[in-house]
Amino acid sequence: MSTRTTITNMGSTMMLGDFFSRALVAGIGLAAVTGPLGCFVVWRRMAYFGDTMAHSALLGVALSILLSVNMTLGVFAVAALVAGALLLLQKQNTLSTDALLGILSHSSLAVGLVIVGFLTQVRIDLMGFLFGDILAVSVEDIAVIYGGGVAIIAILVLNWRPLLAATVSPELAEAEGLRPEVSRIILMLLMASVIAIAMKLVGVLLITSLLIIPAATARRLSATPEMMAVVAAILGGVAVVGGLFGSRTWDTASGPSIVVMALAIFLVSLAVPTARLFGRREHNGA
Amino acid sequence: MNAITPRETLITLAQAGVRNGGRTLVEGVDLTIARGEIVTLIGPNGSGKSTTAKMVTGVLKPSMGTVARKPGLTVGYVPQKLTIDWTLPLTVDRLMTLTGRHGTNEIAAALDAVGASRLRHAAVQELSGGEFQRVLFARAMIRKPDLLVLDEPVQGVDFSGEAALYELIRRIRDTTQAGILMISHDLHVVMAETDTVICLNGHVCCRGTPNAVKTSPEYLRLFGDRSGTGLALYQHHHDHEHHDDGCVVGAEHGHEHAHHHHEHGEHHDAR
Repeated sequence: MSTRTTITNMGSTMMLGDFFSRALVAGIGLAAVTGPLGCFVVWRRMAYFGDTMAHSALLGVALSILLSVNMTLGVFAVAALVAGALLLLQKQNTLSTDALLGILSHSSLAVGLVIVGFLTQVRIDLMGFLFGDILAVSVEDIAVIYGGGVAIIAILVLNWRPLLAATVSPELAEAEGLRPEVSRIILMLLMASVIAIAMKLVGVLLITSLLIIPAATARRLSATPEMMAVVAAILGGVAVVGGLFGSRTWDTASGPSIVVMALAIFLVSLAVPTARLFGRREHNGA
Repeated sequence: MNAITPRETLITLAQAGVRNGGRTLVEGVDLTIARGEIVTLIGPNGSGKSTTAKMVTGVLKPSMGTVARKPGLTVGYVPQKLTIDWTLPLTVDRLMTLTGRHGTNEIAAALDAVGASRLRHAAVQELSGGEFQRVLFARAMIRKPDLLVLDEPVQGVDFSGEAALYELIRRIRDTTQAGILMISHDLHVVMAETDTVICLNGHVCCRGTPNAVKTSPEYLRLFGDRSGTGLALYQHHHDHEHHDDGCVVGAEHGHEHAHHHHEHGEHHDAR
């Protein structure tokens, strides 16, 4: 412990010294990423798709342990593979996307759970993976969250225009020289990354809530897509802080408390009559 | 006003066609679009209109024949139907820069050109069909395209809006000298300013000036009906139109729709 304190500087000792501050810093970092990315999930109606990728994360965990590879990379790879498999199956035009998602989502979760059961030599905190354990994040985890988070946001910002154009109309984007198919793959890989990063914090069952709830809340408060992305990031951060303090006060599970807080903000936002605040047209005597 | 001077050719399709799997979507399409020219594609559902348009925009590569595009050709596209979900907050102002960066003056000018300045800060979800279509025109025109592709531009717009949109298309052609490829939603109505009408039905059935096409036996056999009402030309306030060759096309055909749709139940090509 003492060696650790000496190699970290004073500032981060104060910031990251106790588990609660680490949880706050990690959660806020995650929310900054899930907010903007979650907007795309909402706009493109990919909620169930995200859920499916998240559920496959447990399979990623099991395989990582089995093959002894880095868990974050393993989860990313499996989530990306499941998304790729889904895209291929969609092209077959046999089962509906809805049914395919149902098959992939639950079977990857089930296969993951079965493999975890076989891993007798290691003890796995299954609840931790399912619901997350944000209070157990290490400084290394925070480094992964912020490193990955900065990369994800950079990719989003650099590709913002084509990503948004492909979301509004793939047909139009393609006709005017953009490549919506590439945009789709970029978004898929970004989601796989976020899931890999977020799994330890909120668990495979709650990840998509951090993508969807802040974005859905931000919609009523925003006039442009960019504004919605920023507002979603901020609201996600508020949910993290509120949820963590709530969990400390009432001694509730941290991950679910964050989601409950996000839900509370969403419900409050419904009462705010802002729906028509931004759309305005000028009437100059016409 | 326009015409007589030789025009730059923007795109040429020669015996172009697309095969997908074992199915031929369209084949043997010859088509050129020059600057300031309006080409209209008509044909029943599944006749290959959209496929042909996609070869023009470059979205689909021809699996037969060739497509030669002027180097650096800029395409502006007005899609057939664009529904923007409520979940996506989008103002008209933001929509204008969807596929490219444009300054605030450019946006103002583009909206002004289609008479939609007052809509600039409106949410796209609140626009009427005609307003939204105008905004989509402005969005396509802000790119200063050499070639404008309009997929059923007047669909879902009421009658007066329809007249205004045709007038707008004519004005865009006159002021920008862009080439225009239009897919028509109505087999029996073609804008009078069209230089070339191409009737498709998996291949090119007939082609020519609107007046030539409406009397051609191929057109009448395919799209005309037993009552004998054929192609009507959509005319505007002015009572005649000068064509390339200088001849004057009369306005004796108003906006008459054929009412007996015996053989082609799917005239309006709804998708």
